[in-house]
Amino acid sequence: MKKFLKKAVEKTIEGVLFLSSTITTVTVVLIVFFLFREGKSLFQSSPLEEGFVLAINKENAVVDLSSNQIKNIFDQNITNWSELGGKDEPIFLFRLDDIGNYYTDEELGENLEFFPQKTNELIDKSAGIIAFFPKKSIDSNFSGKILAIENVNLYKFFSEKEWFPTAQPVAQLGVLSLILGTLWVSFGAILIALPLGLATAIYMAEIASKRVRNILKPLIELLAGIPSVVYGFFGLIVIVPQIQSLFGLPVGETALAGSIILGIMALPTIVTISEDALRTTPKEMKEASLALGANKWQTIHRVVIPFAGSGITAAAILGIGRAIGETMAVLMVTGNAAIIPHTFLEPVRTIPATIAAELGEAPQGGLHFKALFALACILFIMTIIVNLTVEYISSKRKNKTSH
Amino acid sequence: MNFSKSNVRKKELKQWMAFQVFRALSILVVVILILILSFITYHGISVISWEFLTSMPEDGMSKGGVFPAIIGTLCLVAGSMIFAVPIGILSAIYINEYTKASFFKRFIKLMTNNLAGIPSIVFGLFGMTLFVKTLGFGDSILAGSLTLGLLTLPVVIRTTEEALKSVENSFRHGSYALGATKLQTIRRVVLPMAFPNIITGVILSIGRVSGETAPILFTVAAYFLPKLPTGISDQVMALPYHLYVISTSGTNIEESRPMAYGTALVLIGIVLIVNIAANALRKYFSKKVKMN
Amino acid sequence: MTPIITTRFVNLFYNEFQALKNINMAILPHTVTALIGPSGCGKSSYLRLFNRMNDLIDGVSITGDIMVDGEMIYNKGIDIVELRRKVGMVFQKPNPFPKTIFENIAYGLRVNGVTDAKFISEKVEFSLHQAALWDEVKDKLKKSAFELSGGQQQRLCIARALAIEPSIILMDEPASALDPISTAKIEELIYELKRNYTIVIVTHNMQQAGRVSDHTAFFYLGELIEFGDTKEIFTNPKDKKTQNYITGRFG
Repeated sequence: MKKFLKKAVEKTIEGVLFLSSTITTVTVVLIVFFLFREGKSLFQSSPLEEGFVLAINKENAVVDLSSNQIKNIFDQNITNWSELGGKDEPIFLFRLDDIGNYYTDEELGENLEFFPQKTNELIDKSAGIIAFFPKKSIDSNFSGKILAIENVNLYKFFSEKEWFPTAQPVAQLGVLSLILGTLWVSFGAILIALPLGLATAIYMAEIASKRVRNILKPLIELLAGIPSVVYGFFGLIVIVPQIQSLFGLPVGETALAGSIILGIMALPTIVTISEDALRTTPKEMKEASLALGANKWQTIHRVVIPFAGSGITAAAILGIGRAIGETMAVLMVTGNAAIIPHTFLEPVRTIPATIAAELGEAPQGGLHFKALFALACILFIMTIIVNLTVEYISSKRKNKTSH
Repeated sequence: MNFSKSNVRKKELKQWMAFQVFRALSILVVVILILILSFITYHGISVISWEFLTSMPEDGMSKGGVFPAIIGTLCLVAGSMIFAVPIGILSAIYINEYTKASFFKRFIKLMTNNLAGIPSIVFGLFGMTLFVKTLGFGDSILAGSLTLGLLTLPVVIRTTEEALKSVENSFRHGSYALGATKLQTIRRVVLPMAFPNIITGVILSIGRVSGETAPILFTVAAYFLPKLPTGISDQVMALPYHLYVISTSGTNIEESRPMAYGTALVLIGIVLIVNIAANALRKYFSKKVKMN
Repeated sequence: MTPIITTRFVNLFYNEFQALKNINMAILPHTVTALIGPSGCGKSSYLRLFNRMNDLIDGVSITGDIMVDGEMIYNKGIDIVELRRKVGMVFQKPNPFPKTIFENIAYGLRVNGVTDAKFISEKVEFSLHQAALWDEVKDKLKKSAFELSGGQQQRLCIARALAIEPSIILMDEPASALDPISTAKIEELIYELKRNYTIVIVTHNMQQAGRVSDHTAFFYLGELIEFGDTKEIFTNPKDKKTQNYITGRFG
């Protein structure tokens, strides 16, 4: 009986242990579920402001417009229907508030009860009109044409450059500039971090005395421990003004500032992982090189570094991964302009920074909210690719070192 | 072949130069670290006082102290550790002691690594949808702690796993040979031996949790809340978010500057204490085991 | 006398590799049996069958009958924990736990459910006496086991095994990591222990096998080449391979 009890306890505990070990998997699955459920729904929504419609004259040959075209119309970059494949007719913009320019208060009634009717009238008599007004104000005898607005689609999402999710009448949801901004800043960061980090790793693994290494190691750990807001704060106060005065820029919040800060932040990852990789070089291999008359440096760059090559690659990729996902520091120093950068001296906006900056203002369940989740999905996929690549490299590496 | 002396000298010169470059770059890394630390210490030290640490923020956060943010951060650290430490350790025990080199083990490790690589802002979104909305915890210490807990879980698992791995198999076999069960072996032999490394890992993850901002943005952090939490469903201020707010979007950024330096210094202080504690512990225990 | 350990047609595989081939052997109680042979011949794998330590290695499969103390130990429903209590083991490298000397020996008792403090402390002392270690450690029972010398550590491990009153003690090259003086002490101890226990010892050292054992089994490439009286094997081996090995022509 006692034995049975003992066994039962052991089995129960094993069960608890097993359940704990599945939590990471469950979390990843849940993250995927929530992120993609919300993100996916973006592609079933219209970019038009909710509850509103766009209407044109019934004679107008145009039947649908892209969100970008609509934006250009309302920004008055497109002023003639012929540019959109219609007749040669100047475009006449009409927004809800403009009604007072055409009708008196008496005509519209005390509670605007005649607004639908008058709007209909206006649309009917103006050949070039495009009207933006609430859905509920569509007249019962409506004689115009409601424009079909195509839903947000994956292709547009990735190919359009403009990110302006709160634009009226249609949200501009192009993530290209955000993706490029993210990659741009991360790439710059790795350009700074890799040479510096690799040099430190080589110095620690092969050149420095044990005493020096014992000093360096905790310092690198400390560098990894500093919170990202503190890096952001330091960047904001020290690096941003420096860049501004050094290059004579209107603002110092630039991609360069982001890259420098992210570079410093990626250093510990690169140092630690490459040092580990360098250390796995078998002693026999190094001794063989030394025995052939190579000196220490020749051994390092002809034997040790090539041997650790894939590990160093993994370190660089992981460093990029960290940089891609970093939020707060970037948010504080890059200026957050959603434009495609052409030099490092322009402001940029990254995906994580966009999410952090905008989610607080996006009404839940709305288009903007969904768009931010779609961004998070992109970020998630980017980091999973990074992880799997590193995983692949290190599993190959393991095969190599075990033979 | 030519083994002339000049060749040898050239070789040595090259080595000398290469080593100098590496040394210089390593020194540069250290200089960067020292620059950041000393800059913040220099500007922050005059702000830090007992009053700063123990009073409420005032005047649009340009005066007063950071007491509620310190308490908030402490709550979040405690909450996330209560969640992540036991689960992380149990999970690592299962992975390292119970599963054999199988597909399942590789899968779990892959998932843990993936979780570790997910950006903290994504954790923030996830925490908001699951804990704040779906489970209805609202913006609360509970939601924030769970989000931060999930974020550190892979760190705890990984360090615990390393710690367990460093316990030689001969100790396990010795225990089995005496008729101990698996569980007894883990509890009485493996865990005590791995304990120092596990605790070091936990301490380091405390440092990380206390500095995270992105995951708490939408799950718990309050912009300005000059009172202390009374329960786990309250919102709190937190040091990292507070620093973000007063350095970028406070009502008066220039006047809040000293407050920002002070807050940054408190954060750095936490990280320093945590790192020093972890290192001291590591040294202490490694001396103890050196009797081997 | 009925044998305490019997194996019939035992095969052991590490995945595809066959480490033991059709081993038939019987070991009598209160004897010392030495398993000898060149490295990789299967002698350690064979030893580890008797307390099922091979179970801890991935990819091991075993066929044949192994009977220990009247029980088929590879049958379903066998309590491995109980088996390991009955069959003690001493490893190649001394592996005391990072606990005090006292706790190292008490460990086996505690994990087997003994809580009586008085009994435990008596048992610790008795086991240390048995392992001829008491005089050396009686004043530092509360000190870490790591403070002992290698030879003392190994005798501590023997004491640790004795404390749970096994009937059989398996020794896997117990003196291979020790200096000659410590080795001599261990051998003396083995001779003493024979009175109360059955001992199976794997050794590389021919002289050791000759000195301590009653019976000797010679393994080669997973096969049991010869098994018999130690004197007989060392002076008059029947098989050519045994002769070659004993006279040092290979190994």
